[in-house]
Amino acid sequence: MPMESLPYKTTPTNWKRWAWVIPYAGLALLILFIPLPLPFHAPQDRLLRIEASSFQFTPGEIQINPGDRVTIELVSTDVVHGFSLDAYGFELKADPGQTATGTFIADQAGVFRFRCSVACGNLHPFMIGKLQIGPNLLFFRGIALGLLAISAALISVRNVSRGTT
Amino acid sequence: MTRLDLTRSPRALALLRSRWPQFLLRAITLAGFIFTILAGLMGSVVGSHNFAIIFVWIAWWTALKLAFIPFGGRSWCSICPIPMPGEWLQNGGILQPRGSMGIGLGKRWPKVLRGTWIQAGGFLLIGLFGALTLTSAKITAIVLLFILVLALALSLVFERRSFCNYLCPIGGFSGLYAQAGPVELRVKDTDICAAHIEKTCYTACPWGQYPLALKSSANCGLCMECLRVCPSENIAVNLRPWGSDLGPKTKHRIDEAFLGLVMLASALVDSAIFLGPWGQLKSAAYNIGSPDWFLFAGAFLITALGILPGLYVGATWAANRFGSTNASLRKSLAHYSQVLVPLGLMVWIAFTISFAFVKFGYVLPVVTDPLGWGWNLLGLTKSAGVGETTSFSLVLQVAMLTVGLFWSSRVALRISETIRQAAPLIAFSSLFTMAMLWLLVG
Repeated sequence: MPMESLPYKTTPTNWKRWAWVIPYAGLALLILFIPLPLPFHAPQDRLLRIEASSFQFTPGEIQINPGDRVTIELVSTDVVHGFSLDAYGFELKADPGQTATGTFIADQAGVFRFRCSVACGNLHPFMIGKLQIGPNLLFFRGIALGLLAISAALISVRNVSRGTT
Repeated sequence: MTRLDLTRSPRALALLRSRWPQFLLRAITLAGFIFTILAGLMGSVVGSHNFAIIFVWIAWWTALKLAFIPFGGRSWCSICPIPMPGEWLQNGGILQPRGSMGIGLGKRWPKVLRGTWIQAGGFLLIGLFGALTLTSAKITAIVLLFILVLALALSLVFERRSFCNYLCPIGGFSGLYAQAGPVELRVKDTDICAAHIEKTCYTACPWGQYPLALKSSANCGLCMECLRVCPSENIAVNLRPWGSDLGPKTKHRIDEAFLGLVMLASALVDSAIFLGPWGQLKSAAYNIGSPDWFLFAGAFLITALGILPGLYVGATWAANRFGSTNASLRKSLAHYSQVLVPLGLMVWIAFTISFAFVKFGYVLPVVTDPLGWGWNLLGLTKSAGVGETTSFSLVLQVAMLTVGLFWSSRVALRISETIRQAAPLIAFSSLFTMAMLWLLVG
């Protein structure tokens, strides 16, 4: 008995079954990319002292507001370490026991990783810290997308069981 | 469901039937494997300057999760070099089919050790020692050499690919997620197989599979030996819709649930160690044998063997209560393990995007200077940039997690009688997705 049809050329798909995908995809893109207002905080001057030691920054997690003028004081307590902030192109390098200082304006909102930029040992590629500038909108967008995903799953299965395919 | 049988194309069939194309690919991967071991043993101790670290943990590990599995199921297994030497000895030749006169005791793998339990245990070991293995070229090389020797030794004692079937953690990983992949090997006409007395396909299969009985792609390594020996050209290699092995009528075992949960726990813990801002956690995972490492190991094992399985058992128990059939909890744990497949696959893809996109800059420098000895073989740039997460990769990670939640919820709904019954499994998937979302973009 032949198994399910195994054609070399596929039979045309009934696209009506997947009609729900278009509005859902549109909604997903809207959730991901629609600009949202950020709560306003008057920009401040901030002085952040960050200690770099074997494979960790202290503090490892920092929160500031968009527009803040940030001065980083990077102190290395063991070997040479670097500080490179994702998306900002901001870099520092501190020799052992020395302090390196630099300033930047936090003009992009979101969560950004900072990394050691000088090979400092085996775990160097994973020496990472986190700078949150304003609310983490991508995280909230992700939660909204998760809810959309569940609702899409419900719709897709309902369509199948209704036999609308 | 519609399938696209590649063997209907004479060119594709010729490529699949001939042992040469596959042998050449496997010879290349074997050479690369041996070179990786040598690079790990002799090259620079700085991981980011050593071919072994970068090619195994950045290039290959990324390719496996972003290309081989999602687009080819167990396609990596079809060109994996690890079982090659043992298979040559078993078959008594390099291009010989199985069943020829070879070397080996040919014992059957003990029944008590069957299933994916040991593979899951192997993955737990990778998690426990990963911070060291991933960063030490020498340890990576020793692990690869050990695996090669172990596979060879087992093939001399046991029949077929016992190492791949029951021990290889990557085999477990690939097999689990191959169920969601778009490639399958099946028979074309069941009557032809039933009438075929010799069962040459089963004799030839190094995986011990009988194609007529294949219902899942989890245990088929796509080696194509059955296709080569079938006298009736009755083997199809189908492209199929993703997730075809997941559904209300497919059969699953409880060890698949355990394997799926270990994979989820590993993704969670790897994300925390390698992508998180917690330096103490990284040091604890790295300093094996220290008091901090024991704390880390305890927390990891509690997550992998306690918290996640506990949540999954709770969700399954609730789903069982909401259903009309009185299936045993054990049966339901196996049945609902399907939910863990798309969830885990997409979580690993999201993790890989986060992990590898940043580190991919390390690949070119080790191609031009594989041992970290200061060579510049190809005249390429020798220093790797720091690497950074781009907004594109962050959005992509969120998208992958979303797809994973959609897919696992859809599977939960398809294999449940009612939405109410699927709800606890969807809640489990949502909780896990949120945890990963927080770790990756939080």
